Amino acid sequence: MGEILLPLLILSPLAASLILFVTAGRMSAYAVGTVACVSMGISAVISVVLSVLLLSGPATGIVQATLWPWMHIAGFSADIAFMLDRISMVMILVVTIVGLLIHIYAANYMRDDPGIARFFGCMTLFVASMLVLVLASDLLCLFIGWEGVGLCSYLLIGFWYDNPVNTAAARKAFYMTRMGDAALLCGMLLLATAVGSLDIGAVLAAVTNGQVTSSAVNMAAFFILIGALAKSAQIPFQTWLPDAMAGPTPTSALIHAATMVTAGVYLIARLHDLFDLATPVMALTAVLGALTILMGACTALVQSDLKRVLAWSTISQLGYMFLALGCGVWQAALFHLMTHAFFKALLFLTAGAVIVRTHHEQDIFRLGGLRHTMPGLTAAFVIGASALAGLPLVTAGFYSKEMILSGVWPAHFRLTHELILSGHFLWGMALLGAFLTALYIFRCVFIVFFGKSGTTMRGQTSRFMTIPLGCLCVLSLCGGIIEMPTTFPPLHLFSALLDPAASHSHADEPGWLILAGAIVPLAGLGVAWVLWGRPSPVMREIPGQAAVIRFARTGEGIDMLYDRLFVQPFRFLTWLTRHDILDYVITGTGRLARTASTSVLRARTDFLGTLALWGTSGIRGADRLLGQIQNGRVRWYAAWIAGGLCAALAMAVLS
Amino acid sequence: MPVFSFNDTLLLATILFSVGLAGVLIRRNMLFMLMSLDIMLNATALVFVGAGARWHDAAGQVMFLLILALAAVETAVGLAIILCLHARGRPTLDADTGNLLQG
Repeated sequence: MGEILLPLLILSPLAASLILFVTAGRMSAYAVGTVACVSMGISAVISVVLSVLLLSGPATGIVQATLWPWMHIAGFSADIAFMLDRISMVMILVVTIVGLLIHIYAANYMRDDPGIARFFGCMTLFVASMLVLVLASDLLCLFIGWEGVGLCSYLLIGFWYDNPVNTAAARKAFYMTRMGDAALLCGMLLLATAVGSLDIGAVLAAVTNGQVTSSAVNMAAFFILIGALAKSAQIPFQTWLPDAMAGPTPTSALIHAATMVTAGVYLIARLHDLFDLATPVMALTAVLGALTILMGACTALVQSDLKRVLAWSTISQLGYMFLALGCGVWQAALFHLMTHAFFKALLFLTAGAVIVRTHHEQDIFRLGGLRHTMPGLTAAFVIGASALAGLPLVTAGFYSKEMILSGVWPAHFRLTHELILSGHFLWGMALLGAFLTALYIFRCVFIVFFGKSGTTMRGQTSRFMTIPLGCLCVLSLCGGIIEMPTTFPPLHLFSALLDPAASHSHADEPGWLILAGAIVPLAGLGVAWVLWGRPSPVMREIPGQAAVIRFARTGEGIDMLYDRLFVQPFRFLTWLTRHDILDYVITGTGRLARTASTSVLRARTDFLGTLALWGTSGIRGADRLLGQIQNGRVRWYAAWIAGGLCAALAMAVLS
Repeated sequence: MPVFSFNDTLLLATILFSVGLAGVLIRRNMLFMLMSLDIMLNATALVFVGAGARWHDAAGQVMFLLILALAAVETAVGLAIILCLHARGRPTLDADTGNLLQG
């Protein structure tokens, strides 16, 4: 039964996407929303059924479906094949359930947009691609989904394509992720030449058996890491994600917060056996993740656009996942991925509802005091913010962040004999990141929802928008209790789910670790209250005059750096190739030859010209004669016919 | 018993044809040109009849009937053209004035 359900899971959103694209705009907005939501609902039901099937089986059991062989050549083969194991089970549950909630929300949010069919066509196509990505049992098949989600991301960022800013943002996202895709392809080719197949199981088996040389493993892991970094907007590819907020808000929630950007995390978690053998790459992952946490949090602290705060916070949270992946605790990364999908989708959807009701005002300093006029949305946003900050015990974010922190602490990387990177240092960075996270998100909360009221609002948030928000609130609060920190009651459902064999004893871990992880978000909340929350706030606005902050706010600094580092040299290179020195030599020779040939040509032209003149005058005379023959008189024509006939007869008879 | 030999028939036909051709070439009146054309057609028909008599073959007579029909059609079309020209306000029968197609 699983073999049938697995392709159906992907087929359902794909069919909806086809229907929506083919009927392009002929369906009413209501019908479009219904088709999209029903297809997502079917997917969600199927994924739940599949999960039950999988969990009722043996611990290492998988559901597999090979649809058809893609290519078979000597030394390499690839299939279109799907596989459901426990890692991908978590992903399909997140993708379909969060996707369903966001679709229900979007059906109402996009109700008045003329391009709603195109919007939902792209969204359902995205879900189909994402499901292909997470279910593929072959890296080449995974790459189809990988490119598909990139395409849908591009289409949806540039959804309102009549504004050039949006299309520029779409192109930027596409180029940046494309660089990573090229690197990922390089890594896959390396693995394919080393192993002869891209089947994930075969690749991992070959790598763990030592069939692949250590340098090849390191190179492949490095390239795959670059692909993952670009997809997940980590340093040094982080600049595309804030610009991607140009798309509709449900898109930001689904693609640029909850699912697509986590594809990189999923890919590394899926190939964790490969990465375990590549210590330098793991260290690089962890360090980049830790740097991204701090960079994203610091930048989010000075943003004034509500959606951009959330975008930078997404980058920062993805940094946590990469840190966890780098330290080898991929279960923690997946757990954080799941909870992050819940609370970040909640934050984005709430922000979208707020923005719609305040006449598309996204500047947090112009909003304010919304707590009086929209208490429900305020509650939802505060819940999301608490989960993001990881307020202890009551939120999902706390448990997943705690799992990452406790996994990072004991990690250590032996790069060379002398150089050892300790996990304690990374742990410190992550803890600082947690403090900053609480600071920036509660800054947002206090400025937007408390204080003086700033803008007028209109309307009421419709019921179909509040239902998904409610569901996500519940998930953000309770989604974390399935995995408790070790010092708490032994409840390890999530890691037991992923890796039943592993034992979970961090017995050597000091008890104050968890205390630190619990206190730091509260400290951040307190500082945010002092700075922005009190009736007479210490600073209403961080002094925006400082050049550093202005740079950081717009993200211009990095863009300018990239412009100097990559775009300008590239331009210079193209300039150089256009003004080639060798080309000048060749051009000079060519010019000389041309002069010589011109003089020869002129001599010849004179001669030919005379000939041609004669020819034309002769032709003109003949032409005039022929013109006279055709005088339009029937009798003359008859005479010519008769004369011609006589001549022909004479020739026939006399010859 | 044929009164005329085949050679005589051919001679008569040639004379008729020449008369017709000369009429077409010389006369400028379109009615007379049509009549001359009919004479030329009759000359060819005469050759067919004579040849049929010479080789005792009925196909000659059949061809004559065909040519008769052809001549009738040709005359009808020609007269229709002349009437059309009249109706368009061009009341002349001079063939040489209709030379719009001159090169």
